[in-house]
Amino acid sequence: MEKFTTLYSKAIPLAIENIDTDQIIPARFLKATNRKGFGDNLFRDWRFNKDGVKNPHFTLNDPKYSGSILVAGDNFGCGSSREHAAWALSDYGLKVIVSSFFADIFKGNALNNGLLPVQVSTEFLKTLLSEITKNPETQLIVNLENQTITVAGTPYSTSFEIDAYKKTCLINGYDDIDYLLSKKNAIKAFESAKAY
Amino acid sequence: MKRTLFDKVWDAHVVDSIKNGPQVLYIDKHLIHEVTSPQAFNELEKRKIPIFRPNQIVATADHNTPTQNQHLPIKDELSRKQLKQLSQNCKKNNITLYELGHEYNGIVHVMAPELGITQPGMTIVCGDSHTSTHGAFGSIAFGIGTSQVAQVFASQCLLLKKPKSLRVSVNGTLKNNVLPKDVILYIISKIGTNAGTGYFCEYAGDVFENMSMEGRMTICNMSIEMGARGGMIAPDQTTFNYVKGKEFAPKGREFENKITYWKTLPTDVGAVFDKEYTFDAKDIDPMVTYGTNPGMGVKISENIPELNDDSFEKSLKYMNFKKGESLINKPINFVFIGSCTNSRIEDFRVAANYIKGKQKANNVTAWLVPGSKKVEAQIIKEGLKDIFDDAGFELRQPGCSACLAMNDDKIPQGEYCVSTSNRNFEGRQGQGSRTILASPLVAAATAIEGRIIDITKQLN
Ligand code: SF4
Repeated sequence: MEKFTTLYSKAIPLAIENIDTDQIIPARFLKATNRKGFGDNLFRDWRFNKDGVKNPHFTLNDPKYSGSILVAGDNFGCGSSREHAAWALSDYGLKVIVSSFFADIFKGNALNNGLLPVQVSTEFLKTLLSEITKNPETQLIVNLENQTITVAGTPYSTSFEIDAYKKTCLINGYDDIDYLLSKKNAIKAFESAKAY
Repeated sequence: MKRTLFDKVWDAHVVDSIKNGPQVLYIDKHLIHEVTSPQAFNELEKRKIPIFRPNQIVATADHNTPTQNQHLPIKDELSRKQLKQLSQNCKKNNITLYELGHEYNGIVHVMAPELGITQPGMTIVCGDSHTSTHGAFGSIAFGIGTSQVAQVFASQCLLLKKPKSLRVSVNGTLKNNVLPKDVILYIISKIGTNAGTGYFCEYAGDVFENMSMEGRMTICNMSIEMGARGGMIAPDQTTFNYVKGKEFAPKGREFENKITYWKTLPTDVGAVFDKEYTFDAKDIDPMVTYGTNPGMGVKISENIPELNDDSFEKSLKYMNFKKGESLINKPINFVFIGSCTNSRIEDFRVAANYIKGKQKANNVTAWLVPGSKKVEAQIIKEGLKDIFDDAGFELRQPGCSACLAMNDDKIPQGEYCVSTSNRNFEGRQGQGSRTILASPLVAAATAIEGRIIDITKQLN
């Protein structure tokens, strides 16, 4: 996994609530057996019209916006547990998703793929969305070490929560498998002593 | 300390705890399927890590399988490749696989309970959010991502933070024709789709105590639709009777010992939950959804609410419904009875009981998709197939089918489908399809009438 420290980037606004993983990557694209290439079909049915032509009204197709941060509406990533959703977002080039609320499984999947979910208050989310839409050149600074997200050149800044263990993993670029393998002896001991 | 059912099962599985961090939780059973496992197998192979406990893993093919002509080679190349890869991965790693055509094949959340793989007090995971289904047995069961599938492959454990506890109680007696599906749609319509986020839910009260195991599975199945990672119901005599004698259930003395243990699991009187909701059974009616998340549900006789909210309006626009209107008499061309929520034998009995002697409306395409080969066999054995055939319904072969429309079972653009599945998201049943979630009874009645009717009026 790539290491994550501080990210300076422009951001893409997507002010829709309850974005479920079926929207992020529809089921018909889940037939691949590796992790690559899902970015092409990210938000497929919003990004493209039925005839395969890009929908000019969708934010990812708006040339005004770019960057590796997606600022999305409340309750992002609900629904199916498909990790393909996190892969699609990463594969598209996103590194941070900001929302006022994340579904549990999505949050875990994102963290396991070096994609940082940043949960902010509803008010701060509003501020972000309005700053970005007012000026699409707006830069955001996501500092994982200090757990802050800031609108560059403004007083708008807030802190976000992240599990201390997950933070260490992201900063160092290692994952849960490494940790669990280091616990093999304890796991074996647990198995032989199982009380249930 | 008074402990909850969840506490008891969780605590018994903690191998280790990281200071200020997650816990290492031991997993008893790991269920896998073709869609969310290949990348995990690849990951382990790449890192040269062996599968730690292959005999605690059971595999099935369900999401991407055809529901017709299962004996023929699969036409779609990608699907065929995905299934082939599952077979190869299982073979190479000595994992039991019930592949397409096997007498135990079926949707993972239907086949595991009916084979006795699912038992009380266990921890069960699967790369599928509706793993919550297995909580009906008083086990901790939840969906995981593919990275976590790889973690369980490597260590039979997961790193997790213990969720908070939530209890939803429903007391009293349900009205006639109110099914478990209505109960859970009602609960979600009241508390919303993220009331459960961060929580593990326990369902309590006499409504659940009096429910069959299949009904309990329908309830726990949809825990994820209110945001909860999982839901559970205390094991009791109903549970023990169901598990007893199943293929992989413990037998004889061992079974008796297990029961003694399982009886210690229910929540202690006086245990405190982080959050509680209580409902009255008599307030619940047959339900339908009108929007694009499972929380957007109303009693079938109620009108769509009138809210001024962007995402509510976006949802109604997608569904082509108006604020304040009723769904009664809306013409419907597609009906789907299936999915891990409602594809067990009781669901088909309810449908057959209503359908018997009637004819499907001409405008309707009605698909009945059993959850497993065993359910399919039972449908035939009980003569339900004849009832369905006579009425013009199409009984297909088991699989996830139109629940997620990964195979050819897709609802066409713009069409409504009254579906017994669990998700009415945009395009879930096919690009541009519009899903109305309901019970098998409401679905059956819709197929007969070709439109939504007030089933409560008709049956009373
Ligand atoms: S039936 Fe639907 S919800 Fe259930 S496992 Fe299959 S796709 Fe998922």
